Amino acid sequence: MADTAVNLEASPAVPIDQERSTLTQTELIWRRFLRNRLAVIGGIILIVFYITMVCFPGFFSPHNHLIQREDYISVPPQLPRWFDEEGKFHWRPFVYGFTTELDMERFEWVHFVDTSQKYPIYFIARGEEYKLFGFIPCNIHLLGVEPPGTLFLFGTDELGRCLFSRILHGGQISLTVGLVGVILTIILGSIMGTISGYYGGLIDNLIQRLVELLMSFPDIPLWAALSAALPPEWSPAKRFFAISAILSLRNWTGLARQVRAKILAFREEDYTLAAQAMGASDRRIILVHLLPNAASHIIVVATLSIPGMILAETALSFLGLGIQPPVVSWGVLLQHAQEVAVVMDRPWLLLPGLFVVLAVLSFNFLGDGIRDAVDPYSN
Amino acid sequence: MAAFIGRRFISMLITLVLVSVVGFIVINLPPGSYLDVYRAQLMVLGTSTAEQQIKALEKRYALDKPLYYQYLKWITGFVRGDFGRSFQYNREVSELVWNRLGFTVVVSVCSLVFSWIVALPIGIYSATHKYSAADNIFTFLSFIGLSIPSFLIALVLMVISSRYFGMSVGGLFSRAYENAPWSWAKLVDFLQHLWIPVVVVGLADTAGLMRVMRGNLSDILSMQYVQTARAKGLPERVVIYKHAVRNALHPLIMNLGMSLPGIISGSTVVSIVLSLPTCGPLYFNALRSQDMFLAGTFLVFMAIMLVIGNFLADIALAMVDPRIRYE
Amino acid sequence: MAVQERELPANEVLLEVKDLRTQFFTEQGVVKAVDGVSFTIKKGKVLGIVGESGCGKSITALSIMRLLPEPRGKIVSGTITFYPPEGGSVDITRLDRHSAEMRRIRGRHIAMIFQEPMTSLNPVHTIGDQIIEAIQLHQDVDKETARKRAIEVLNQVDIPHPERRINEYPHQMSGGQRQRAMIAMALSCYPSILIADEPTTALDVTIQAKILRNMRDLQRQYGMAIMLITHDLGVIGQMADEVLVMYVGRKVEQADVRELFLNPLHPYTQGLFRSIPLIGLKGKKLVPIAGSVPSPYNLPPGCYFAPRCPRAMDICRQEAPAEYEVEPGHFVSCWLYK
Repeated sequence: MADTAVNLEASPAVPIDQERSTLTQTELIWRRFLRNRLAVIGGIILIVFYITMVCFPGFFSPHNHLIQREDYISVPPQLPRWFDEEGKFHWRPFVYGFTTELDMERFEWVHFVDTSQKYPIYFIARGEEYKLFGFIPCNIHLLGVEPPGTLFLFGTDELGRCLFSRILHGGQISLTVGLVGVILTIILGSIMGTISGYYGGLIDNLIQRLVELLMSFPDIPLWAALSAALPPEWSPAKRFFAISAILSLRNWTGLARQVRAKILAFREEDYTLAAQAMGASDRRIILVHLLPNAASHIIVVATLSIPGMILAETALSFLGLGIQPPVVSWGVLLQHAQEVAVVMDRPWLLLPGLFVVLAVLSFNFLGDGIRDAVDPYSN
Repeated sequence: MAAFIGRRFISMLITLVLVSVVGFIVINLPPGSYLDVYRAQLMVLGTSTAEQQIKALEKRYALDKPLYYQYLKWITGFVRGDFGRSFQYNREVSELVWNRLGFTVVVSVCSLVFSWIVALPIGIYSATHKYSAADNIFTFLSFIGLSIPSFLIALVLMVISSRYFGMSVGGLFSRAYENAPWSWAKLVDFLQHLWIPVVVVGLADTAGLMRVMRGNLSDILSMQYVQTARAKGLPERVVIYKHAVRNALHPLIMNLGMSLPGIISGSTVVSIVLSLPTCGPLYFNALRSQDMFLAGTFLVFMAIMLVIGNFLADIALAMVDPRIRYE
Repeated sequence: MAVQERELPANEVLLEVKDLRTQFFTEQGVVKAVDGVSFTIKKGKVLGIVGESGCGKSITALSIMRLLPEPRGKIVSGTITFYPPEGGSVDITRLDRHSAEMRRIRGRHIAMIFQEPMTSLNPVHTIGDQIIEAIQLHQDVDKETARKRAIEVLNQVDIPHPERRINEYPHQMSGGQRQRAMIAMALSCYPSILIADEPTTALDVTIQAKILRNMRDLQRQYGMAIMLITHDLGVIGQMADEVLVMYVGRKVEQADVRELFLNPLHPYTQGLFRSIPLIGLKGKKLVPIAGSVPSPYNLPPGCYFAPRCPRAMDICRQEAPAEYEVEPGHFVSCWLYK
């Protein structure tokens, strides 16, 4: 029936495509997703991030991220080298050690690269103790050097803690805050959106008012006010979940609106009317007929809201209102880089920011790719 | 139209009342009364009048009365411009907020204007040249813009300018003009400082806006009525600007309600790094030291800015979109 | 000013399409949307083009208008010759689609209306503005004259109170009224050809009949030609003088409307008649055409209809048939009539 120009824009005169109609919906989505190179790259980066930072940060970091070292305060990054100062090539990469002097004028420790100290880098080496999954004591690291050598790939902070190791552990928090927050957002958003769209009337009105009210507050200041009110004596874990909850407390509103719109549209569809005519209960209609249809939409919105959560956690912790030390997150690490003078002196302190950008960028690419794959005509 | 504005205005008033309730809740959220903090301060000073002062404050905030009464007392004061007292600065909140609010509005509005001016032409170009090299570059850049926290941009910008240009950026005035009365020279100085926060705050919004504009416009370019316009024999330029761009702007104006919170949020965090005399630094300080009247006042004012912004956006939308007007 | 009915010489050709081939270049491959179609549009006549969705009838129309979706749709070969009323001839396929010359043909000489009245008018401009825009684009008149003309033409398409409704926005009108407004816009510049792509498909049957009658009246009054695209043989029967049947981008049969209805020759045309309830054919069983339209990426060799054709022979699956003139003016592309 419909073969107007509009449809042709979308699908050029393809009434039935026999070769492709044999593929399942999932295969089609997967195929379209794989065609989007940036989304695939984003997905791979995130898989690497989640394995190294969320699952095994202790194994992948060369040092224990909490140990403070008076001798190694604000050490610049030690880069792995293959060529020594004579230009000789070594198969096994190595790092140079430091000699440390006290700068009497500024009264600061100054570190000089000492090319006479060479420490080869070993794979799967024993080193400082850490707890695998938080409770199994373990001392095997992916990379290590023989003591007294050190392997500060990204340098150290002003307490002599290994920044690379801290970034990996910070990632554990920053990357999970987004996930936990998104799960809460999905739960709250779909429940409220469904109720609002399906029942309509007074309930709908009340929920829409609530959404409007929450949307009337700028997000970061509201989050900041709520997390400032968290009791300081709460344990880090409690605080972590409270902050995830606070983030989703405003974030569900967007999802609820979208779900509501979808439900409103699906409610008028014939299959819903048919189910109602057959006497199906509200619960059944919602769970069997409405929500599954909105599922792909919910997933897309959720993926696209993770970056916002990560950025929010980073900003809150950066301001000292989010995750509190000694627990580390990327935002906590960036607190050290608040002053320009410090950053000028020790630019490696900005490296956690690079990881924030990478993670957020990857999520954005991934979310975009999923959206295009699920609904190729949305953009 | 008048009826529409009237209805919208009443709904705005209701939202404002609810906003104030949330603000009051936030003020009362921290455990312990805010008077406890003040009482501790006074005790340290050991003034003989401490007890009297406390009594006076208890009376002022009706602390012995139930919460709803306290709220009514606070909100009636708020409307009259009495926002309570900052215990940290030991001054009336009203003395602290006005100046800062003014600068916040200036920075936010300028950022908004900046992002529209930059994003719209790029969005239009991208949508009309989809998948061209330039479009792909803009798309990629917009993703990066969306992914960098604005305070990080501010930080990097400051490092670059002081390392390579030997300039220190930050603040809205040079030291010489900071406390000087307004003059032509001060205005010039102000504008010279203003563009950095404006660009930094506006950047994330620019990236988002660009993508929204590109998406909207390419949706609309595939609409039947654009084809109708072409079938009339209109030149492509007229088709795009008269029959597509105008329609694509509507969701953007609606989106204004979405981009304002981002801009206000962004400006609060950026202002800390750039040490701007806006709400941000004072607000977060107040939160950290639990100076709740100050914090609550800022939060409510930021929400008021947003609500009014949305109200204006709705009216603008009704002016350009007949479908809303006649609803 | 009323349009005077003019007596026209019967066979004056306005548009001549010769061996038109339009293709779409997509990621999955090339789609031959229109594959060697020829026909003519004559002054004062209604040419009906009928076929299932995806058979290339809309693409034929967009090829004539040069409104194919860029950059995928392209006219690969063939000519579309237009004979303007002021004399001479121009090959539309050779014009730049954005050129002033093409734009003068579009809207001024050849107007088009689309299937979806709900979406074919711009929601942010009034009906009047959209009609006046077309008038002022092609005629050297001031705004007041254009407005008068717009009211006049709205009146002609049976919109009540046109002087008031001209200030209304599309969403204030019903689907039928919007389609009338579209027709008014198309007629506002006295086109010599009106291309109507499924003009009434999206409307209620009662409104459909009224609008078609109105179109037919206006066609006579304006003395213009209509190229009517539809999948509805009933509409064809009511409106067309001559009919062209298309299947997967190719013309399969062409004849005078009476001849085609009384004596359909191509098995596909016969199948179409059997699958559609027609008044006067009561008691006959409806028989759908077996099978489905082949994938445009995977077309069979020979006649495209052969896999579904009940009378297919070996040669049908090997070689595409040529066009045979079975009766004077009745053409069919089928091996059965060799």
